[in-house]
Amino acid sequence: MAAHLKKRVYEEFSKVVQQHPHEEIPAKKLRLTKPSKSAALHVDLCKASSPTDALQYLLQFARKPVEADSVEGVVRILLEHYYKETDSSVRLKIASLLGVLSKTQGFTPDCILDDVINTLNNEKSHQVLAQLLDTLLVIGTQLPESLNIRHRLIDVAYKHLTDTYFGVRNKCLQLLGCLGSVDKPLPRESEGGTMGVAAKDVQSIISDYFGDQDPRVRTAAIKAMLQLHERGMKLQQTIYNQACKLLSDDYEQVRSAAVQMVWVLSQLYPESIVPIPSSNEKIRLVDDSFGKICHMVSDGSWVVRVQAAKLLGSMQQVSPHFLEQTLDKKLMSDLRRKRTAHERAKELYSSGEFSSGRKWADDAPKEKVDTTAVNLIDSGACGAFVHGLEDEMYEVRIAAVEALCALAQSSPSFAEKCLDFLVDMFNDEIEEVRLQSIHVLRQISTHITLREDQLDTVLAVLEDSSRDIREALHELLCYTNVSTKECIQLALLELLKNLTKYPTDRNSVWKCLKFLGSRHPTLVLPIVPELLSTHPYFDTPEPDMDDPAYIAVLVLVFNAAKSCPTMTALFSDHTFRHYAYLRDSLSHLVPPLRLPGRKLTSAPEGSGLASSVESAQNFLKESLARVCSVQQLDAPGAQSLLEFTIRDLQRLGELQTELAGAADFCATYLRCQLLIMKALQDKLWSVAVPLYVKQNAMVSGAAVQVLDETYKLEFLYSGLESRQIATIHHVRLQAKALQLVLLARARRGVEPLLSVCEKFLHEVDAFQRLFITELPHLQDSFVDKLLDIMPRLAGSKPADLVKILQTTLRHSCFPQLKLPEQIHRATATIIEPTGESDNPLRFTSGLVVALDIDATLEHVQDPQTTVKVQVLYPDGQSHVIQPKPADFRKPGPGRHRLITQVYLSHSAWTEPCQIEVKLLLAYSSSISRSSGPRPAWNESTDSPSPPESAIEGTIPLSKPVKVFIMPKPARR
Amino acid sequence: MPEIKVTPLGAGQDVGRSCILVSIGGKNIMLDCGMHMGYNDDRRFPDFSYITQNGRLTEFLDCVIISHFHLDHCGALPYMSEMVGYDGPIYMTHPTKAICPILLEDFRKITVDKKGETNFFTSQMIKDCMKKVVPLNLHQTVQVDDELEIKAYYAGHVLGAAMVQIKVGSESVVYTGDYNMTPDRHLGAAWIDKCRPDVLISESTYATTIRDSKRCRERDFLKKVHETVERGGKVLIPVFALGRAQELCILLETFWERMNLKAPIYFSTGLTEKANHYYKLFITWTNQKIRKTFVQRNMFEFKHIKAFDRSYADNPGPMVVFATPGMLHAGQSLQIFKKWAGNEKNMVIMPGYCVQGTVGHKVLSGQKKLEMEGRTTLEVKLQVEYMSFSAHADAKGIMQLIRMAEPRNVLLVHGEAKKMEFLKDKIEQEFSVSCFMPANGETATIPTNPSVPVDISLSLLKREAALGGPLPDPKRPRTMHATLIMKDSSLRLVCPEQALKELGLNEHQLRFTCRVQLQDPHSDPDTLNRIYSHLKSVLKGYTVQHLPDGTVMVESIVLKVSSSAEEPNTKVVLLSWSYQDEDLGSFLSSLLRKGLPP
Repeated sequence: MAAHLKKRVYEEFSKVVQQHPHEEIPAKKLRLTKPSKSAALHVDLCKASSPTDALQYLLQFARKPVEADSVEGVVRILLEHYYKETDSSVRLKIASLLGVLSKTQGFTPDCILDDVINTLNNEKSHQVLAQLLDTLLVIGTQLPESLNIRHRLIDVAYKHLTDTYFGVRNKCLQLLGCLGSVDKPLPRESEGGTMGVAAKDVQSIISDYFGDQDPRVRTAAIKAMLQLHERGMKLQQTIYNQACKLLSDDYEQVRSAAVQMVWVLSQLYPESIVPIPSSNEKIRLVDDSFGKICHMVSDGSWVVRVQAAKLLGSMQQVSPHFLEQTLDKKLMSDLRRKRTAHERAKELYSSGEFSSGRKWADDAPKEKVDTTAVNLIDSGACGAFVHGLEDEMYEVRIAAVEALCALAQSSPSFAEKCLDFLVDMFNDEIEEVRLQSIHVLRQISTHITLREDQLDTVLAVLEDSSRDIREALHELLCYTNVSTKECIQLALLELLKNLTKYPTDRNSVWKCLKFLGSRHPTLVLPIVPELLSTHPYFDTPEPDMDDPAYIAVLVLVFNAAKSCPTMTALFSDHTFRHYAYLRDSLSHLVPPLRLPGRKLTSAPEGSGLASSVESAQNFLKESLARVCSVQQLDAPGAQSLLEFTIRDLQRLGELQTELAGAADFCATYLRCQLLIMKALQDKLWSVAVPLYVKQNAMVSGAAVQVLDETYKLEFLYSGLESRQIATIHHVRLQAKALQLVLLARARRGVEPLLSVCEKFLHEVDAFQRLFITELPHLQDSFVDKLLDIMPRLAGSKPADLVKILQTTLRHSCFPQLKLPEQIHRATATIIEPTGESDNPLRFTSGLVVALDIDATLEHVQDPQTTVKVQVLYPDGQSHVIQPKPADFRKPGPGRHRLITQVYLSHSAWTEPCQIEVKLLLAYSSSISRSSGPRPAWNESTDSPSPPESAIEGTIPLSKPVKVFIMPKPARR
Repeated sequence: MPEIKVTPLGAGQDVGRSCILVSIGGKNIMLDCGMHMGYNDDRRFPDFSYITQNGRLTEFLDCVIISHFHLDHCGALPYMSEMVGYDGPIYMTHPTKAICPILLEDFRKITVDKKGETNFFTSQMIKDCMKKVVPLNLHQTVQVDDELEIKAYYAGHVLGAAMVQIKVGSESVVYTGDYNMTPDRHLGAAWIDKCRPDVLISESTYATTIRDSKRCRERDFLKKVHETVERGGKVLIPVFALGRAQELCILLETFWERMNLKAPIYFSTGLTEKANHYYKLFITWTNQKIRKTFVQRNMFEFKHIKAFDRSYADNPGPMVVFATPGMLHAGQSLQIFKKWAGNEKNMVIMPGYCVQGTVGHKVLSGQKKLEMEGRTTLEVKLQVEYMSFSAHADAKGIMQLIRMAEPRNVLLVHGEAKKMEFLKDKIEQEFSVSCFMPANGETATIPTNPSVPVDISLSLLKREAALGGPLPDPKRPRTMHATLIMKDSSLRLVCPEQALKELGLNEHQLRFTCRVQLQDPHSDPDTLNRIYSHLKSVLKGYTVQHLPDGTVMVESIVLKVSSSAEEPNTKVVLLSWSYQDEDLGSFLSSLLRKGLPP
C-alpha cells in the first residue's frame, strides 16, 4: 500500500514538472512582446489543437469584458481564426462573439461590417450563417442612423431570405423587421436588381413569408411585421386577410403572433369596410377583427387565449352591438329556449317576487326553439367573455376580467350588462381572481346601480375569511349606488354581521357606512326610526355608546343626515348627545350637522368650497411674495416677518387640507431660511472664538437642523420639480458652508480642514453639474456667487476659503421659492396597534412575539423599498424592520396600506413597559450616501441618541404609537 | 377504397351500455365495455355474440380500450374477459385502473349478495380481468402492435377520464368517451390537439342543450346550503359515491373555508373513503387550482368533512350530510331522509337525475305524503331542491371539440336518437363534414382517403427542389420525373438511372419518328435552311442548331429533309424525338404540318 502511494506521489510530481515548461514559456514570451488582450487570445487560439479546445478558450474569453479600444484588435484576430477554422461550432462561437463585442460601449462596429458580410458570402454552414446574420443585426441596431449601412444589411437579408434553413430565414426576417426602412419603399440600386426581389417594399416581402412551410419562420415574419409597426411604419391593410388566415394556424406561437397582428391592424384601420365571406354584407374592420379575436378566446392553447382576452380589452372602437354579443349565450334545454339564471333573477326582481322562496322548476324550459335558427358555433363575438370567464386557467380568467373592465369603462350600457358576470366571479375558486373582479367592479361602479339580488350576492362575500377580499368589498360598497331602501338595510345588516365576525374590520366598515350614508340620504331617511329603534310614543333604552355596531348605525345615519336636514327631527335626545361625542372622537367619520338649537361650530361650507380653496391659494402666493421682500428689511424685521409667515402657513395647512402639502413645504423652507439668517446674524462672528463656545453650539445646532429639514423637504414631498430640488440643495449647501465655517473657527490648524474643504468644493461642483439648467433661477444667490469665483476658490488655502465663504454667506440673498402645481406631503397613520390598550403583551423573554401593524400611507412613492418600521425599546435599543413587499397593498391612487407583523424580543423585565413603534421613510441621495456608510437596516443600533437623528437617511413618517409589552423571565 | 367501420353494440342512439366496435386498417378495437343500468336481464350487457357465436373473443379483437370508470363504460368488462373470454390487452388510464375494480366489486355485491343473482362474475374474475389491464398515461403513444397505436387525451368527465386516439398508418379514429368542456372545481376541461382524425366518435348526451354558466349553479347551491345552515337546519345531499360527490365536497369545503363556517359536514362512509384516497393520489389529473396548491395542502384532505356515523343524524344543530345512494331509494340516504323529512327547516338537495319510481323522483315531483313500507306515511315538510351538476359537454362544447380536432367525419353515440338528429344537422351544416349516428348493431362504413407514404432519395429531392425555385410551395402540387419502386411492401421514389441500376435492367431508348410532307419549291438544303430560320423564330429559348451534316437539331430532336426525284417540290421532313421530349416533338410535328411561312 505504502509503495503504491509513493508511486502515485512520484507520478503526480513528475507530471507537474513536465507540464510547467510546456505551458508557461510561450505565454511568457508573447506577453513580453504583445501585452494586450487580443494577443493572449491569439496565443490561446493558436495553441488549441482541436476544435473542442478552441471552443473552450473562446468560452473562457467570453466571460471577461473587453475594453473598447482593444475590441478592434480582438475582432481582427477572431476573424483571422474564423477563416482558418474548419469546425463549424467554433465558427459559430466566433460569430456570436463578434456580436457580443460589437455591443461594447464606445466601440463603433461599422469597421467590421465589411468583414462580416464577406464571411457571410463564403459561409456554407447554415447555423453559422444564422449566427452571422444575428451579429449583423446587432451591428445594425448599434448604428441606427447610417442609412447606407442599413441598405447594405437589408440587401444581405434579401439575399439570404431564400435559404433552406429556417434559422437563416428567421434572422433575415428579423433584420428586415428591425432595419427595414420606415419611410419609403427601399430605393433599389442596379446591383440589387438581380436578386429577384427588386422593387418590392419590405412589407410585401415579409408578408410573402406568412405562408412559409416552417411555423417558426411564419412566426418570425409576423413578429418582423409587428416590429415594423412598432418602429412607426404604417402597415398596409392588404395583409389583414393573410393575418386572419394565420389565426387558424396549427401552431400556437403563430396564432399568438397573428392575434397581435390582427389587433394592430384593427387599431390602424378601424373604420375601413371588409366583406363578410359567404354573404354580401360588409362590416367595419374593427368589428370583424373583434369577432375574430373573440373566437380565439376559445382556442386550444391557453397562451393564445390569454393573449386574445387581454387584447379584447383595448378594442374600444367596436360597435356596441358586437360588444354586447360577447356576453350572450343562448341557453336551451332539450331544444327549448331557456332563460339564464341572470335573466330569471332579473325577472323575479322586477315582478317583485324576490326572496319569496323558490318555486320548483322555475327554470323549466319555455318555448320551442326553431332548430334551423340555432347557431351553435357563431363565428362572431358570441359568448367570448362567457367562455373566457369560465376558462380552466386562471390567467385567462383574470385577463378576461380586466378586459371586461376596460370595455365597461368606455361603455356604460356594456357595464350594466357585464355586471352579472362580474358578480359571478366573486365566487371564483382562486382568490386573486375574486379580488380582481371586486376591484374591477369598483372601477366601473360609477356606471351602475346594483339591484337587490345582485347586492345580495355581493354582500355574501363579506363573510370571506380573507381580509383583502373584505376590504376590497368595503371599498366597492363605498362607491356603489343601490336602488332601494331594502338594499341599504341589507347592506347594513351584512356589514354588522361582518363586524361581529371580524371585529378588526371596524374602521373599514365604518368608513364604508359613511359613504353609503352620504350617497343615499333619501333611501336612509325612511328607515331611520327603525335603525335608531325609536318609537313615536315610548322611550326606548339608550343604546351602549361603545358598541361598534351602534356606532356603525350612527355613522350611516349622520352622514345621510348631512344632506337631508329633515332627518334630525327623527333623532331622540340621546342621539344628539351621541352625535356630539362622535363628532369629537371620530371626526373623520361624522360630518358637521346643522342641528336645531345648536350653533354650528365651523363656518358654513358647501357654497364657497371651491372659492375658499382659491382664496387660500392666493393667500399662499401672497405670503411667498411678501417673504421676497425680506432682503430689503433689516435683520429683526426680516426675522419677525418670516416668523409670522411661517405661523400663517402652518395654520393655513390645518384649515385647507387640499393645500396642506404646499403650505407645509413652504413653512419648512422658510424655517430653514430663518434658521440660517439667525445663525448668520449672531454677533459672535466678529469676536474671538473661545469666549463664545455656547453660542457657537447654538449655531452649529441650527446648521444640523437645517440639514435635516432639507432632507425632509427633498424626500417627504412628492410632485417636486427640479427647480424646487435645486433650491433645496442650495439651502443644504448653505448649511454645509456654515458648518465648515464653524469648524474652521472651532479648531486651530489646517490639517483637518483640508479634506473638509475639498469635499465641500466637490459638492459645489456636483451641484453645478446636477442643476446646470436651474442656475439662471438662482441669480445672485450663494451658489451663484460661489461659482463666479470658483476658479479662485479651487486654488486657495482652506483659511482663505473659509473667509470667502463667510462673506459670501452673509452677503447673498435667498433664492425665491416657486411653488409647483401639485405637492403632497407623505404621511402615514398607524391604525393598529392603537396604543390605547392597558393590557401588556406578555411573552417569554428570549422568544419573539409578533405585533400586528396596520397602517395607511399617503403619497408615498415606492413604499416597498422606502418604508420601514422602527421599534424603540425603553432602554434606547432600536430596531428597524423592513416589511415584505407583499405586505403593501394599494387600495387607491396615491394610497398604500401596510399590513405586516413585526417581531419583538427582549430580555426579561420586572414590569410591563411601553415600546414605541413608528414608520420611517428611508431615503438615499448621492450626497448623503457619500457622507459615510449607513448602518444596515436589519442591524440594531444601540446608541441611546434621540430617535429623530438616530438613523441617518431616514425621516420619521408617522407619529409613534406606544405598545405595552412585558417580557417574562423564562420558567425553569 | 380503404374504409373504417364502426358498429355500436351499445350506446348507439342510446345512453348506457357503451360498447363500440371499430375496424380500422385491418385492426378490430373495442371501445368501452359497459352495462345498462335500466335492465336486469341479458340486455344488461352488450351482445358479444355479434363478434363471434361461440368461442373466445381474443382472436377477433386486437385491443379493448376503457375511457373511464363509470359502470356504463366498464361494467361488462369482467363478463367479457372472463366469462366470454378475452385475453388480449385492455387499456385504461391509471386512475381508471385504480378505481374501476372498486366499483365493479360494489356492483357485484349488490347484484349477487343483495339480489341473489347467480351466474354473475366473481371477485376473482374481477381480479383476473384487472391483470390484463395495461395502464395509459396522458399524451403517451402506446404501440399495441407494429401498426396500431393509441394515445390518450384529457377528457375531464371524472377523474382519469380519457379520450383516445387510435391510429393505424395514416388512418385514425378519436373516441371521446364522456367528456366535459367546462372546467369545474376539481377537474379541468377536455383538450385535444388538431389531430384531424378520419372519424371522431363523440358522445352526445346533451346534444340539444346549451347550459348556463356553472357559476350560477354553484352560487345557487352554496347559497341554499348556507341559508339553511344559518337557520339551524340540516341539509341532506344524496349522492352517488364517485364523481360528482367529490365535486360537491370540494365546493362545500372551500366555501366553508372561505366563509369561516363552523357547522359540521359529514360524508357517509363506504367505498368513498377508498376512492377519496385515489383522488388524493392522482393530483395530476385534476384542475389547475388543485394541482398548484397541493404542495401546501391537498384539496382532497378535507378539513371540514368528516366521516358520518348513523348516530349523528339525531344530533341537534345544523349539519350537512352527503349520503349514498343518490336516488333516495335505499340505504343510508333514505334513513336520514326519513328522520329529517318532518322539519321544514331542513333541506334535501338532489344533485342528479332520479329514475321514476324512486323516493327521490317522488320527492322531486312535489309529493307531500310518501307511502313507506309497513303502510306508514311520511309527511315531507323539508325543502326540496334540484341542482344539476352534470359533467357532460353541452351542444356548444361538442361543437367546440369538433372545432379543436378538425375531423373528416363525425359519428355520434351515447345520446337519444331525436337529439342526435338535431346535432347531426348542425354539424353537417356548420363544418360541412359528414356525420353518422348508427343504432346498436348497425354498421357505419366510412371511406377514408389515406395518404401513402413514399420514401424519396435525398439527392433526388434536392435536385427537384432546386429546379423550381428555392423553396417548395406547400400549397401547389408539383410534377417530378422519377421511378416508383414497390418492393417488399416498401415504396421508394428514386431517379430512373438508380432504378435501372438497382433492378439490373438496361435502359431502352424509345424514339418516335414521323414524316411530314411539305410543298416547297426550293432545294433540299434551302428548305432545311428555311425550316431552321422558321423554328428559330418560333422556338425562342430553345437551342436550335443547324448541323453541317444536313440536319437541324432542336434540343435532342432531329429534323431531316429529303425529297424524291419524281416530285422535287414535295419535301418529306423526317422528325425523330425521344420519349422524354414527347411534348416538344409533337408540337414540332404539328407546327410543320401547318407549313412554312412564305
